[in-house]
Amino acid sequence: MIKLDKVSKKFGTGTLALSSIDLTIENGEFVFLVGPSGSGKTTIFRLITRELLPTEGTIIVNDWDVAKLPKHKIPHLRKRIGVVFQDLKLLLDRTIFENIALPMEIAGINIIEAKNRIEEVLEQVGIAEHKEKFPIQLSGGELQRVAIARALALSPDIILADEPTGNLDMDTSWEIVKLLSLINQKGTTVIMATHNAEFINSLAKRVVSLDKGHLIGDVKKKKKTKENKL
Amino acid sequence: MKTFKTMWHNIRRSPYQALAAIMVMMLTFLAVSFLTFLIFGSAKAINYFESKPQVTAFFRNDTKQSDINELEAKLRDTESIASVKFVSKEEALKIYQEQNKNDPLLLDLVTADILPASLEISTVKIADLENVYKTLKSSSLIQEVIFQKDVVSTLTSWTSALRKVGLALVVVLSLVSVFIMATVIGVKVSQKKEDIEIMRLIGATNWYIRWPFILEGIFYGFIGAFIGWAIATGALLYSVPFLSSFLKGIPIFPVPLLFFAELLLTEFILAGILGAFSSFLAVLRYLK
Repeated sequence: MIKLDKVSKKFGTGTLALSSIDLTIENGEFVFLVGPSGSGKTTIFRLITRELLPTEGTIIVNDWDVAKLPKHKIPHLRKRIGVVFQDLKLLLDRTIFENIALPMEIAGINIIEAKNRIEEVLEQVGIAEHKEKFPIQLSGGELQRVAIARALALSPDIILADEPTGNLDMDTSWEIVKLLSLINQKGTTVIMATHNAEFINSLAKRVVSLDKGHLIGDVKKKKKTKENKL
Repeated sequence: MKTFKTMWHNIRRSPYQALAAIMVMMLTFLAVSFLTFLIFGSAKAINYFESKPQVTAFFRNDTKQSDINELEAKLRDTESIASVKFVSKEEALKIYQEQNKNDPLLLDLVTADILPASLEISTVKIADLENVYKTLKSSSLIQEVIFQKDVVSTLTSWTSALRKVGLALVVVLSLVSVFIMATVIGVKVSQKKEDIEIMRLIGATNWYIRWPFILEGIFYGFIGAFIGWAIATGALLYSVPFLSSFLKGIPIFPVPLLFFAELLLTEFILAGILGAFSSFLAVLRYLK
């Protein structure tokens, strides 16, 4: 479970990124986090992973009080949360296999033991044939899948996907959203930040709206189109 | 295993930086090796001179054995004297023959008659040497007195000064090594800044990030120390024939192999500490 209780974040420059946000996301939920650029979507993700500390309020993730978490426990928190970064953050000098293996390597899992899990994740996101390639050799959609595969590698409880369809064409974007939906159906909590109104309107998912750091909406959409069957 | 792989990858990516780090470590440990040779060699030389009779009194050729015995007994009864050894003309010849066994011409020219008998005397305290020297010098039986106090004290002051200069040089070179290594590793860390950030965001601990860099520093240290040690040891072994004849009689050579092995081990430990410390410093600012 993720719980934000009256969370505010003010940057050193004086910019108020979030203002008194109350938000609870139960285990296994799929939530769209929507809002224009600068509305605070990425800041929420960065607060959840303790990349930033809140100026006010409490953030609870899986019984951890994130702001009060001792520094040495931060890696434990981050291993339980898979993040698909907006800029992907793949290591360009490592192969796709090595990129996906990285979280397991960091967790101290023997790569030979982890091999099966990596193969499984590669199959799951549909890029098994690219495992020996380097990121520069892949298309935008394929890279997005690599980022999702890396986020999945440690079977996290939560996936935070920050604009995973931002630079993709519509067909590829739908494939990515389908993939995240499938992951969610297997029990992983998924929070996806997006601008794309089509996904939000087409899928019967919870939609949390932000604007200029304020929470302005939190609704559960009803099924409308065939994509709702996902 | 992966840590070693990452370390090796980092080294191969920037061979010139690796070379600079190894060279500076090599210089430091070349100095350490030469200083160690100097310290141990001079210690052996000083021991040798200190253990030699500190005053040697040569008798006149016409001195009677009974007079010599009387003087020897008198000296033995003196409290300040640690030992007295009588060296007869025949024994002096044997010593001469041993020292010049490779030169038959010198052996032919000398007989026991022309070599003086002598007394080799050492005192408990070095301060008493002066009195013994004066007493013997005033004796009518004695032709010449050799007093080694000056040799030892000159050698001690020279080696002490050399040790100080050498140690200062090693300290300065070690500091230079640490700074250059920290700079080299720092550049590498800086190049990997984004990768480090990514690793941290997906749950890497600081030590997971640090280890490859620390191992890299230790690697440079080991390689540099080994090359420095090998050059210094090679140079010493090459100079053994020259040094042996130069330091004739002083039992420094042959240097035991164990000494070289111990020196290498000590240098590896020092190099490991220097390398690890430099890398730790370099990574520190990126992992606050």
